[in-house]
Amino acid sequence: MLLFLLLAGVAFYAWRVRQREHLLQPWRRLMRSRSGMASAVVLLAFVAVGVLDSLHFRLPLERQANNARLHYAPDVLSVFDLLAGPLRKQLEKTYSAPFAVHLFTKETIELPGGKQARDFPRLKYGGAHLRDPGADRAADIAVTAATGAFYALVLCAVMTALLVLWLARRRGVSPGTAWMLIRHGQDEIPWRTLLAAIGLLTLFVCLAALLSAKYHLLGTDKVGQDVFYLALKSIRTGLMIGTLTTLVMLPFALLLGIMAGYFRGWVDDVIQYTYTTLSSIPGVLLIAAAVLILQVYMDSNQDMFDTVAARADIRLLFLCIILGVTSWTGLCRLLRGEALKLREMEFIQAATAFGVGHFRIIARHILPNVMHIVLISIVLDFSGLVLAEAVLSYVGVGVDPSMQSWGNMINGARLEMAREPMVWWSLLAAFVFMFVLVLSANLFSDRVRDAFDPRVK
Amino acid sequence: MKSPLLQVENLKVRLDVGKTQVRAVDGVSFSINRHETFALLGESGCGKSMTALSLMRLLPDAGRIVSGSVSLDGQDLLALPEIAMRSVRGERIAMIFQEPMNSLNPVMTVGQQIAETLLRHTGLRGEAVQERVLELLDDVGIPDAKARCNDYPFQFSGGMKQRVMIAIALACEPDLLIADEPTTALDVTIQAQVLDLLRRLQHERGMAVLLISHDLGVVADMAQRVAVMYAGEIVETADREAFFAHPQHPYTRKLFASLPGAARRGQQLEIIRGMVPRLDQEFSGCRFAGRCDSAWARCHDSIPEWVEVAPGHGVRCHLFAALQVSTPTPALPLQGGGCETGTALSTPSPLQGEGWDGGEGVAPLLQVGDLKVHFPIHKGLFKRVAGHVMAVDGVSLAIHSGRTLALVGESGCGKTTVGKGILQLIRPTAGSVRFAGEELTRLKGAALRARRANFQIVFQDPYSSLDPRMRVADIIEEGMMALGGAATASERQSQVDSLLQQVGLSPDSKYRYPHEFSGGQRQRVAIARALGVKPKLIVCDEPTSALDVSVQAQILNLLKGLQDELGLAYLFITHNLAVVEYFAHEVAVMYLGRIVERGTVEEVMCAPRHPYTQALLSAVPAVDAGSSREIIRLAGDLPSPANPPAGCHFHPRCPQAMPSCRESYPAEVVFSATHSANCLLFAGK
Repeated sequence: MLLFLLLAGVAFYAWRVRQREHLLQPWRRLMRSRSGMASAVVLLAFVAVGVLDSLHFRLPLERQANNARLHYAPDVLSVFDLLAGPLRKQLEKTYSAPFAVHLFTKETIELPGGKQARDFPRLKYGGAHLRDPGADRAADIAVTAATGAFYALVLCAVMTALLVLWLARRRGVSPGTAWMLIRHGQDEIPWRTLLAAIGLLTLFVCLAALLSAKYHLLGTDKVGQDVFYLALKSIRTGLMIGTLTTLVMLPFALLLGIMAGYFRGWVDDVIQYTYTTLSSIPGVLLIAAAVLILQVYMDSNQDMFDTVAARADIRLLFLCIILGVTSWTGLCRLLRGEALKLREMEFIQAATAFGVGHFRIIARHILPNVMHIVLISIVLDFSGLVLAEAVLSYVGVGVDPSMQSWGNMINGARLEMAREPMVWWSLLAAFVFMFVLVLSANLFSDRVRDAFDPRVK
Repeated sequence: MKSPLLQVENLKVRLDVGKTQVRAVDGVSFSINRHETFALLGESGCGKSMTALSLMRLLPDAGRIVSGSVSLDGQDLLALPEIAMRSVRGERIAMIFQEPMNSLNPVMTVGQQIAETLLRHTGLRGEAVQERVLELLDDVGIPDAKARCNDYPFQFSGGMKQRVMIAIALACEPDLLIADEPTTALDVTIQAQVLDLLRRLQHERGMAVLLISHDLGVVADMAQRVAVMYAGEIVETADREAFFAHPQHPYTRKLFASLPGAARRGQQLEIIRGMVPRLDQEFSGCRFAGRCDSAWARCHDSIPEWVEVAPGHGVRCHLFAALQVSTPTPALPLQGGGCETGTALSTPSPLQGEGWDGGEGVAPLLQVGDLKVHFPIHKGLFKRVAGHVMAVDGVSLAIHSGRTLALVGESGCGKTTVGKGILQLIRPTAGSVRFAGEELTRLKGAALRARRANFQIVFQDPYSSLDPRMRVADIIEEGMMALGGAATASERQSQVDSLLQQVGLSPDSKYRYPHEFSGGQRQRVAIARALGVKPKLIVCDEPTSALDVSVQAQILNLLKGLQDELGLAYLFITHNLAVVEYFAHEVAVMYLGRIVERGTVEEVMCAPRHPYTQALLSAVPAVDAGSSREIIRLAGDLPSPANPPAGCHFHPRCPQAMPSCRESYPAEVVFSATHSANCLLFAGK
């Protein structure tokens, strides 16, 4: 729910910006930056997966003749689950390495002749279509990958053509000229970079789609779930924790921090004592206590939470709230200092001399001037929160164990690191996904900050 | 004649800014002889500091020297490897920077900082270093050097810090001292002390000084030869006498003419049209041509050559190239002679014409009575009030509409606090502020807000007084919206346009952000913002002290024009006495939270009675180098307002102090209807 409210908010903001030229300008500047656009593409891909994964519904069961009411399946699915249908269902027995055709552990297999042998059994799904895995696997992977690359190429060509046509119409030039504009990077918007980023992304999607249908792209975990699928599902958890916690934290930090710095006096004293006290309580204890309280509450009111997903979601939401409550102090302290400095600036005094009210001064003068700090610390916090989730899962107070998250993946893989040969793939998958998300978020927010600072050109 | 100590030939410095190159210094040549003070004069951004930094090879990363040579005693500095250059810096060339607050390391004692240089460049070690440090501190006039060399920079005042900087610079007895605006950040009385010190040290040690300044007065006081820089070039070089008597280049002449002063009361100041050209372009003509009144076709087409108009006096201008020997230029009406000749001030200026009845019978617009602003000092765990900083301690003044009262004083004397106390930006501790008969100190909330339209403020620093994230239109609109001026948005917009025109900016500029404007233009925006609510009184808090001379002239003209047009009253807070002489009707001199002398501008400026006013007036370096003046040197610094001296606040620094001065604060002595001072010297009369 909250996620959609957020999306609606973003859409409304975009509509408002389109109306006003001077609000549009910083975004234009953002469009012109290469790294900004490239990271925006990656971020958008992540967000798309997250949003698709948030559209929940339950499949209706077949109608029974004597009962007119519709029954629903007990497990909630998301649109994303539908798209990645086979991935979800193709469960192996236990660990298997990426692109493997055999399980990771030896088992007793019954040979056709009735004899038994201890060997690595074939996987149920991964590479099941191959008759002679040893000989055919490499060739098959290569062929599939080539097909994927070909599809990606076709898609890219189509997209480029569409872009050229659109640009030609928009700028009122012939398609040929538009193509030259793009190729030589002469247009204001760095189309080349944009196309390259989209191209890479398409390539990745096509490869992943084709290969993962036949193999376990990133192997399987302990209970045989596909790691690639888990990593994709974890995007939603990561995004939710990052954004929701920030949303919970922001009002506290902004309001209290600026108020403390601007009003000084007893307001400052009260707020300072509050956050000093709060930040001296170990955060993990507070979170553990809160999560346990919730657990007890859910157990005693079972009928309110009828599905596993609902329970997991409410736990996630609660975790976000409690993380938000404990993590606003750092930003609050920063903002207090900045507001203390700003209130002595002469433009604030000039506004006071005009009789502008306190809250108008805060909203119009102080808030825009601390936005860069807010942006930077949000992004830093965002990555910190995604990581914090992993730590909390380890303590056992993180997200619901049934929920896929990078934290749970890392936590699960942690124990297997000591195995010989090592089970490295779930750790690596979680790491790569987390890394890409956090890096692109960092790059993007860097560009946003530059674009919104009127002093930087 | 011996060869010069420093010879700079055709020095060119480029700064890389994004994709363009800025020609910060473009073909500068000069030479400095031993024992000589050579002044580089110019407005901000003309490349004078860049020149100095490139002599030391301390340019910022973006800057590089593209051509030219710098030779010190015949040794080419630009060819030296960095490691050899390090021993030149500090040992042969030393530098003093503008901002004494930032150029000392706050976590090292001053003794250590001086010793650092000695250890690097001399063989002195151990005790000998310590002795030399004390010797140096003694030399630069820091009392009780032995105790103070273990103090940290924050324990010193601004003037003292600059003395420490000088001690560091002198540590190795350099041949050349580069002083980059050494006194710009200091008050006039402190400036006089530091300049004195520099002159004495130069005399004793026989070093050469390269003085960089924008202040004609300082240059006149110190230099033997002067070079004027404009847009990266030297446009005129001359000996001091010739320079101040017969400036030749049109830019120099304009610079002189734009100085405010008593002699120009009632007239418009000369202004230089337009702005300094952008330095990232290739110049095909004279750089000053676009702003020059005597420019002709050739000035735009070809670059002027260097012309010697007299021995040692060179100019870069086509006017002289054509004539070779210049037609005698009319002597400039130099300022400073206002009081002695008795002409300029006594002639009634149009501003104070017959219509002005001296304020009798008309209630003043603003009447301040015994205003006190005390800031409590909190100490200890429970924030007990341990004392008060008496920033303003009983100030009374009155301003009539259409008049200007100048509040003069050194930094830290409480003049800005007076301004803010009047506007109720800081709530006064005691006293009354009556505006048009209404008591402001007791008004609260909405009632006060409703009256705020009547009085407005223009701040000193145009860089911090405009919100960097608001567009000009929003900035100006804000006051109108808060105080309910024009009702609809379109009305407000048209009002913004007319305000911008009124202050001399084009209405298109309202969609831009403040950082796109120069200092002078920003100050215009700030004035437009204040005018937006149609005030009757504007408190101008040093509105021109952050600006260049030519821009200052523009702003003063604007303020004066607005006063004539709209009948505004100004409370003009400043430390610049020349501006006061030019601009004000009445003057009040403040010292340590109290007014020590008040009167009309003629009375105070021409016949100062209080010893502090006399010292203040004498400490201002005069541009008119010919006039001999007796300079009253004040000892020491301004005492702390938390703990003012007993009796007359001024007695510890007063050259005419008597024993009785220590006992009680002197009462006001009235000399005429308008002129009065608080001093015991006159109490008997």
